[in-house]
This record gives sequence, C-alpha cells and structure tokens, in this order.
Amino acid sequence: MSLHAEEVQRLATLARLDLNPAEQAALLADLNAVLELIDRLQSVDTQGVEPLTHPQALALRLRDDAVTESNAREALQAGAPRVEAGLYLVPKVIE
Amino acid sequence: MNAPQAVLVRRAGRTWEVVIGLETHVQLATTSKMFSGAATAFGAEPNTQACAIDLALPGVLPVANRAAVECAIRFGLAVGAQIAPRSVFARKNYFYPDLPKGYQISQYETPVVAGGHLTIAWEQDGVACERAVRLTRAHLEEDAGKSLHEDFQGYSGIDLNRAGTPLLEIVTEPDLRSAREAVAYARALHGLVVWLGICDGNMQEGSFRCDANVSVRIHGSTELGTRCEIKNLNSFRFLERAIDFEVRRQIDLIDDGGKVVQETRLYDPDRDETRSMRSKEDAHDYRYFPDPDLPTLEIAPHWIDTVRAGLPELPSARRERYERDYALSAYDATTLTASRAAADYFESVLSVLGNPPNAAQAKSAANWVMGEVAAALNRDGLDIGAAPVTPGQVASLIRRVDDGTVSGKIARELFALLWAEPQPADDAPDRLIDARGLRQISDSGAIDKLVDEVIAANPKSVEEFRAGKEKAFNALVGQVMKASRGKANPQQVNDSLRARLDQSR
Amino acid sequence: MSGPSDLGAASVADLSAALAQGKTSALELAQHFLDRIAASGLNAFIDVQPELTLAQARAADQRLARGERGPLLGVPVAHKDIFVTRGWRSTAGSNMLADYVSPFDATVVERLARAGAVCLGKTNCDEFAMGGANENSYFGATRNPWDPAAIPGGSSGGSAAAVAAGLAPLATGTDTGGSVRQPAAMCGITGIKPTYGRVSRWGMIAYASSLDQGGAMARSASDCATLLTAMAGFDSRDATSANQPDEDFSRSLGASLQGLRIGLPKEFFGAGLHADVRAAIDAALEVLRALGATLVEVSLPQTELAIPAYYVIAPAEASSNLSRFDGVRYGHRADNPADLADLYRRSRAEGFGAEVKRRILIGTYVLSRGYYDAYYVQAQRLRRLIADDFRAAFSQVDLIAGPVAPTVAWDIGAQTHDPVANYLADIYTLPASLAGLPGMSVPVGLGARGRPVGLQLIGQAFDEARLLNVGHQFQQATDWHLRRPGLSQ
Repeated sequence: MSLHAEEVQRLATLARLDLNPAEQAALLADLNAVLELIDRLQSVDTQGVEPLTHPQALALRLRDDAVTESNAREALQAGAPRVEAGLYLVPKVIE
Repeated sequence: MNAPQAVLVRRAGRTWEVVIGLETHVQLATTSKMFSGAATAFGAEPNTQACAIDLALPGVLPVANRAAVECAIRFGLAVGAQIAPRSVFARKNYFYPDLPKGYQISQYETPVVAGGHLTIAWEQDGVACERAVRLTRAHLEEDAGKSLHEDFQGYSGIDLNRAGTPLLEIVTEPDLRSAREAVAYARALHGLVVWLGICDGNMQEGSFRCDANVSVRIHGSTELGTRCEIKNLNSFRFLERAIDFEVRRQIDLIDDGGKVVQETRLYDPDRDETRSMRSKEDAHDYRYFPDPDLPTLEIAPHWIDTVRAGLPELPSARRERYERDYALSAYDATTLTASRAAADYFESVLSVLGNPPNAAQAKSAANWVMGEVAAALNRDGLDIGAAPVTPGQVASLIRRVDDGTVSGKIARELFALLWAEPQPADDAPDRLIDARGLRQISDSGAIDKLVDEVIAANPKSVEEFRAGKEKAFNALVGQVMKASRGKANPQQVNDSLRARLDQSR
Repeated sequence: MSGPSDLGAASVADLSAALAQGKTSALELAQHFLDRIAASGLNAFIDVQPELTLAQARAADQRLARGERGPLLGVPVAHKDIFVTRGWRSTAGSNMLADYVSPFDATVVERLARAGAVCLGKTNCDEFAMGGANENSYFGATRNPWDPAAIPGGSSGGSAAAVAAGLAPLATGTDTGGSVRQPAAMCGITGIKPTYGRVSRWGMIAYASSLDQGGAMARSASDCATLLTAMAGFDSRDATSANQPDEDFSRSLGASLQGLRIGLPKEFFGAGLHADVRAAIDAALEVLRALGATLVEVSLPQTELAIPAYYVIAPAEASSNLSRFDGVRYGHRADNPADLADLYRRSRAEGFGAEVKRRILIGTYVLSRGYYDAYYVQAQRLRRLIADDFRAAFSQVDLIAGPVAPTVAWDIGAQTHDPVANYLADIYTLPASLAGLPGMSVPVGLGARGRPVGLQLIGQAFDEARLLNVGHQFQQATDWHLRRPGLSQ
C-alpha cells in the first residue's frame, strides 16, 4: 500500500493538521516508508487469533455513583487561551 | 387490535412508503457523570460542573459509573433484550468544540444491550393500531457539552457542564411507517424510561432527545431508500413535524428528478424545516477502536438477577393484567400503561370502585382516564400527577352514573367543575350534586307532568310525530330534558312520552 | 558522608542514612543537585524552580526533625516531563504545552511527595514521549554525559542523562516501547519498566495508553527498587491499574542466583546486533553464569514483527490521545483564526513537531475506514502471538536476557532524517512492551567510542522483584554501574 499526496491531505484534514507544501512532500515520503514497514504485518496468518487490546486481561472496574468533584472553574480555566463569562470561546460554530 | 396498514403518500401518480428508524439519547438519572465524579445537575453556572476529566486535561483517565451500567441493565430487562456478558467501550473520533477529548467514549461493535422490542399503540385515521417495534441495540456513551451561539459576536461559547453525562442510546430497526407512529414510539419509550426510574424524562432540559432516520421508497419496493438523519429532536411535536417535512422534501426531490444524499440534518422549529448540518462533515470516518483506557465491561449473571429482582411491575405486565382481569382492549391497556403515573391513577380509580372491580367498572374507569382526564391534562399541559381531580372523585362520578344519580352529561359537567375549583374530599362530587340540586329526576309523577306540559306546548311536533316523523319524537325528548335542566332520567322520559303519545292517538 | 562532592555519587541508601543521622540535610542535598543542574550543559531539564524545590526540602527536613524516617524522605528526585505537576510546567516536550501548568499532580508525583522525596524539576524528553534519541523535544536535544556529541537515548533521555551526570540520584521515566530501558542503556544507568498496570497512569500525559508505563531510573538496581516501591501501587483513578497488593521491591535483593534459568532469545542475537554490544552482553552473561545462573536458548519467533505491530498500535492510540490538543481549553492556540477549522488546523500544526505529526497521520490512517482490520486488528492479533511467545518461553526459563538496543548511542543528528531507522532500533524493547511485561536495563560495559551498553532483563508479569535482584547481584559482582562519565565531574 502506498499513499498519494491527496490521501495525505485527507488524513491531515481528518487529523486537523495544517500542512505546508514542503511538509506535505516530506511527509508523503516518510509515511510511505513507514507504511512499507508496517505492511510486513500482512505476511502473518492470524486466522482465529483473538486480538489483544489490553495487556492485562482484567475486567472493567466500576466506580460508585458519587459526586467527588466540586467546582474548580477558576483553577481549571487559569491557562485557557480564551474565556468569557466562564465559557470557552471558539470561532462561531456553524451547524 | 388492528394490524397497522402502511401509511402511504400518493403523489403525481406514484405511491410512496415512509421508512423511519429512531435513535434516542436518554440521559441517565445518575448523580455523577459516566466517567468522572462531577455532578450532572442541570442548570449550573457554565463549566462549574466540568472537572479535569470532563475537560480532557493532559493526564486524566476515565473510570466508569456503576449506576449508569445498572440503568442499562434495567432497560435491557424491561424490553426483553440480551444483556451482553462482555461489552466494549470504544472511541468515536471527531473534532468538535463541545467534545473535549476529540473523541466520544461510546460502544460500537459490542453494545451492552442487544435486541428487545417495545409495544406501541396509536390511532391512525380513527383506527386503533398496535405494533411491537424491534430494538436493534442500546449502548452506553457520554454526552457532549453545549455551544452557545449568542452574545459573542463571531464567537461561540462552550459550556462543558453536560460533557460526560451518561447516555443510553436506544436504536430501533427501521420499523416505523409514519410520523405519528414515530411519536407513539417516542412517547412509549419516554414512558418506559421514566417508569424504570433511569431517566427524569425532562425533554425541555434535553434528558430525552431523538434522532430520526428517514427515507422514502416507492410502495412495494423492498430495498430502503437513501436516508437522512435528523438530529436532536427534543419534543414530540418537533419530531412529528421534522419527519413530515423531511418526507415531503425527499419526495419532492425525487419527483424533480433529484437524488436524496445521505446526510445529517437539523430541524429548525422557527422555519419548520430541516437543513443540512455542515458540522458533521467527516461523519463518514469516526475511526472507532476499543478504548485502551477501559478494559472489557463484564456483567455477571448474578448482577442481572439482582437488578431483575428490583424491577417494578413493567408496562407489558400491567398491560396483560388489564386485558386478562378487566377485559380491556389491547389499545386501552397499552394506552393506559404508556406512563406509570397514568396507570397508577387508573388503578386507584379502580381500587375505590370495587374489590375486585368488574369489567364494566374497569371500562368506565379507562374511558374516564383516557377521555376526560387525558383531555383536561392536555388542554392545561399538566402531568397526571398534578391532576386537580382525584382518582377517588372520578370513582364517585362513575358510581353516581351507574346508580342513576346523575347522567353521564351531568357527570362530565361535575368533573369540569371540580377541575376548575379543586376540592380534596373524594365525596366532593356528591356534595356538589346536592348543593346544586343536580340529582336526576326519576319520580315518574314529576316526569309525566313535565311530559304533559311539553306535549301541550308543542302541538306542531306532536303532529309531525303522528305523521310518522321519528325526528319529531327526539325533539320532544329534548324539550323535556331542557325543561328538567338535564336532570330528568332520559330513559324514563322516553318511556313516558311514547306511552302518552300512543294512548292519545 | 565526607562532603558534598560525594553526594552526586552516593547511593540512595547512603543519602537516606546521612539524612537520618543528620550528616546532611534535605536542603543541602537539594541545593547541591540544583547547583549541578544549573552548571550542567546537557539540557537535561525543561523546568527547574529552585524555590519550589527548596521549599519541599525544608518540609522534608521538618519531617526528619520530627523523627520521621523513610527511604526517600529528603532524597531528591527528577520527574520526566510527561508526569504532570503543580508548580512546575508540564510540557511533554512540546510547544503545544510549552506554558502549561497542571492543576493537579500525577499519582506518581503525589506518591513520591508523600514519601518525602524532593522534586528537582522536570526532565527533557522526546515530544509526547515519541522518540528514541531525545531529539524530538521542542526544547532542544539532551546531550549524553558520556559524550556530548551523542544522543542520550529516549524518550526519557533527560532523566537518564540527569542520573548519569549526577544531576539527580533518582529520576522517573515512562516507557511505551523502550523509553526507560533504552536511554538507561545508552547513559550507563539502571532503569526498570514494570509490568503494565503496576504504576498508575493518572497524570502521565498519554502517548499510547495500552503500552504506556511509568518506570524508575537510578544508578543501581537497589536504588531503582527503592524508587519503584514508592511509585508503584493500585490507583482507583486508573481503570487499567493492576489491583495488586503494594510490594517492597527490595525484599528479595540478596537472593542467590543459584539455579536461576535465564533464557536467551536467539532472535535477540541475530545479524542486527553490533559486535561491540554483543561482546559486552556476552561478558555480562558470563558473570551471571558464574553467579549460578544457567543460560538457555529460547525463541521469540515474532520478534521482528513487533516493530510493525508497535508502529501500528502506538500511533493509532496516539492519534486519538492527542486529539484533545485543539487550542480551545488549554495549550497552544493559533493567532486570529479565520474560523473553527482554521483554529484547529493551525493550533495543532504550530503546536506539534514533525515526528508527532507523522505518528498522528499514521495512526489516523491505520484506523480509517477500510484499513482498520488490515492494520489495527491485525496488529492486535500479532500482539497476542507475541504475548504467547513469551508465555511459551517462560515455561522453560525464569527470565529472559538480551541486549536493550542493537548499538550504542549514535551521534546527535545522525538519524534524524530517517524515521524508519529509528523505529528499527527499538526491536529488542518492543516485544516486552507489547506483552506488558517488566523489562530492565543494567549497565554492563562500554562499547564503541566508550559509549555504554545495557543488558536487558525481561520478567514474567509482576516479577519485578526478581529482575531487580538479578540486576543487584550482577552489580555486587561488577562496578559498571559505578563508572561515571568524565564530562560532568
């Protein structure tokens, strides 16, 4: 499998990364080199092998339904780039 | 019970069938969030209930809320679904300002609840219909925050108080065939989740939101048309209108030689129309994968048993009980059990009426609850819990009609009076009857006297009757009832009038 | 303790004893290491706040004065800048978080503070722990104390360099694919990555959640045992935290190696292994044999494929973990964004470095529709096979030994142009990471150009105490762990 420039652009859009032309060219080469590496996976027959998602086979531990966090807005917004009236501001969201 | 026949839309010589599936987001009634210990209370100051985990600060991790899982089990058991012994939380990746992590923790390949069905009843062109709507699945996930678009010229303000609130997303098969049917399903589901105590059911606050997948196809064709998903319908009215508009839009589009494109749409209540949602552009590639922060959710049989033991009597069980013990029609039984409060109201009316109440009493009680009571509640926009007329008073009204103290018409007037000026006592109707002298006149002497007066005063009608006009007879009955201010026993009036007219022939 | 000049060389046990006996104070120790940090040109630290450090030292001295005692009470420790800290910036080596200060402490930071350890600051690392050379830090490369021209290894390169240069007696690190073991090897110190789930990930800025694991770095195995004992333990805030009773990892130090069966995976001694490293490893194995261990050849057939498996799984998880950095709630935000998309795209483009972007794009690709099964699911199946390989091997042996890396540290800049070459260098550390097993690096000599070589020891799940003892026994018989780079003296 190897990528074309427009696929790199599609991935960059999905990942919300602005790439200048130089970066794109470099990335196209790098990504294809990496793809060549990871394509070696296809050489193994893994029929019937259960995928391993967690190194320890433990069951999900559940929490009791209790409120343990109190309002810490001031501390949590201390480093926020742009806040007004306790709200995080972003360029207008168009739905 | 009538099998629902397909609702068809005829247009330009073609006949269309509407196909609808609903995805409902039910906010679970937990005190803390799905994956954090922040409060879920509605209406707090912006971002005062968004903790480090909800804000996705660097280094935070999710820990799942047991109560939310239990709500899912309750629901699954209530709709006769499979509770997955092992289910998996997955990440749904997309960027949106109200989604702090850049992914939503949800369930994808293996949901906690699979299958099940919900029985709904609705009226279609005056015909009572019932259908068991098949559920595909129900899965746990976290809610997103809110974007506020006002007051910040050119900017939106993000409030993450709602971010992380536990949701149960309940998905149906494409079994629904009209907006009305969709609303009937939504009402039944709403009734059930409130019945189970897993949701507060507050639609204004967004506790219960529907997404509708709508498509149309030429009647008779077997494959589904291209569907559009209408998001975030938070009232039954909007749900109905949005679907109606979308159906019209899709049919027009195809009639004009166009094609429906699969997309996410938003309903605008002000314009009463749906429009495409730009914000869901890369909805086509969410890159789901199992969340490495959350091991497999395992639900042991004994947990399920414990939850089952704690379930209240379910609507389905009550429905069967009403049909079996009171011989109510399936439509009546289903309608009465659409909400636990309504069913409870109905049962307290019955408990006053008789022990055990007979079928006739049950039918009258059902008629009152589904008729007068429901209508008045609708008119005043009240919950049955807030009904000014008590079940005991409804029971007395039924009794007084049965024992001939008052006519049905007077009983309805009394109900209206009590509704307008509530009184606590269950025997309030009797007091009113006496106070206002509404007791039915059954004394034959008094009735004969009224009848004679009316005959004397209406020679013309008498003539017409003798000439064979039955209508004239009814007119005379009406005159007698009028003269008695509605109190005369209608049957006796009939008999007396007919007797006198005949003898004087 | 005869004087501050020796403090840099003293073991944690010595420091703790000196503190207990009042021969030195936490304040004196802290000041000593702060001075060394200020004087060193290694760029091993990203953030140092002397007043905060000294305040912690004074508090430790008060606890000592009250008669409190503890193996780490008053002992300085440096934290990899992947653990979030109140007071010190938490940057993950990224411009994205260049000015970020966390409102809470990582569990590891909290536990060490409770034990009375004094925080010296935050050590340099590859951006978001992505790298094996410490050259991917927004704050510049860290230099190897053994040779300023060489990389210290990565991603915990700042921690490794700091310990090797005597800028800190102890340092925390994180290991996703070898990020504790490989820099430990290249800087000639001892480092252990415990079993996945041993050390809480709460407050560890996530790279690849199913692989990330905090680890201990120090000069000796016994110091590592002391540090790990304080770091490890069940944490209810991390759903992947192993519910194991707290352990004293020093408890079996001193046990004999008589009859210990050590497995040597033949795949770890193939053509890729450079001769200088091989020689040092062979010599070390001879020492272990002399100490009573028996050496058995074993096989980990999927070793080669651990590389592609890792470079699918780790970037996939990373691409999702790093989506939260969007310029909205914290971190870097682009100036005057034209619209929301522009805010996201430029904030992230400006905030992330080249390697992070590469891995985000690879991860996005392997998870995207149509490729998920072929890459991500296939990689997870391979991960299962790799874990099974270890299970089979451990039916014959008590632990596994081999090199940490095929070569000694290379020169700064030598491989920056070639990401794949860097990925291939991880071959010996990735298998244990994928299997979630404990791995350790023990200094066993010097290779080409006098650069250190590390022996890797891999144990069964939760068998850290045994690994640490094997390292300790080796260090009782050798002095490689005591060798100091000339530079920093």
